[in-house]
Amino acid sequence: MLKNLCQKMFGRSLWVYHANSGGCNGCDIEVLNVLTPYYDVERFGIKLVGSPRHADVMLCQGPAMRSTARALRRAYEAMPAPKLVFAIGSCACGGGVWFDTYSVLGPVEKVVPVNYYIPGCPPRPEAIIYGVAVALGLVDKKTAPVQFKQMEFPIPQYHPGDLRREQDMVVYEKLEKV
Amino acid sequence: MSVLSKLEETLICLKAGRVTLPYPAQAQPLPENFRGRPIFDAAKCIGCAGCANNCPAREILVFDPCQEMRILQYLGRRCTYCGRCADVCPEKAITMSLEFENATGQIADLGQKLELFMSTCQRCGRCFKGAGVIEDLKMKGYRADDIQSERWIYRSRAFLEGQPVVDDIPIELD
Repeated sequence: MLKNLCQKMFGRSLWVYHANSGGCNGCDIEVLNVLTPYYDVERFGIKLVGSPRHADVMLCQGPAMRSTARALRRAYEAMPAPKLVFAIGSCACGGGVWFDTYSVLGPVEKVVPVNYYIPGCPPRPEAIIYGVAVALGLVDKKTAPVQFKQMEFPIPQYHPGDLRREQDMVVYEKLEKV
Repeated sequence: MSVLSKLEETLICLKAGRVTLPYPAQAQPLPENFRGRPIFDAAKCIGCAGCANNCPAREILVFDPCQEMRILQYLGRRCTYCGRCADVCPEKAITMSLEFENATGQIADLGQKLELFMSTCQRCGRCFKGAGVIEDLKMKGYRADDIQSERWIYRSRAFLEGQPVVDDIPIELD
């Protein structure tokens, strides 16, 4: 449904707003690289605008930080209704390397709802163009979750909750099963 | 003056020619030593969790539900593609691929999860030889990262409330 809506609403041109909420400036440079003549996304109608009120798409870089979360939320709410949010870079997708420091709240999806994720540190300009193409429904995404199982699960599980204290000793209740 | 400068600018622009890369039609060659997303080879992995201990973003989680099994989960969401996991892997089970077109609508698409069978020593019942001093401080016994909420946890034997074990360090990341 979202895909159909995207193709209908955003078929002609996307105006992007570029919001950095505390990143290291690496992803900003890659996004600006996309907008330069080398990757020239104005061929596809993508244009950088200065105000979120003119924008269809918000490109978020950097994690949601304590100091900028409110401003990011306000910028998101200022955008007119059919809107997309792209999280660009590993900070915006998952909080980055410093995801657990005091000033970082986490990924930007804690503050604004994110529609598309473009991981990378920073992502290549090609990857950003590819992400926009995925959002527009021009190409299919290439990634899929991988799960590998070597054995099935009837084995009894070890769980710290089954530990109890008994006369200066720690006893695992289901020991004979494990 | 102004007209002349404009003409000069035009000449410079004409000299530069066309620089736009034909990306969507034709892929550009990647630079040498390019590192894309890591690919985990479950057939080679021995489950030593060296990658989990070396990951600077702490996003490779290890969970031991029982003695014979180890779950190794790679989240992929805050990976910086630094390649330290591939460097430290003794079996070369992790390769840094050339994939960079990883854009997706669901963040769970980037994850990889390995459930490995750990055969144990018949004599001692453990999988590996005893840990060194630093490993002893960091983790004792089983490793139990929080897979549900995707968090890396230093868990030690101080699991009982208010009963810290001697030589235990009070690291709790939550």
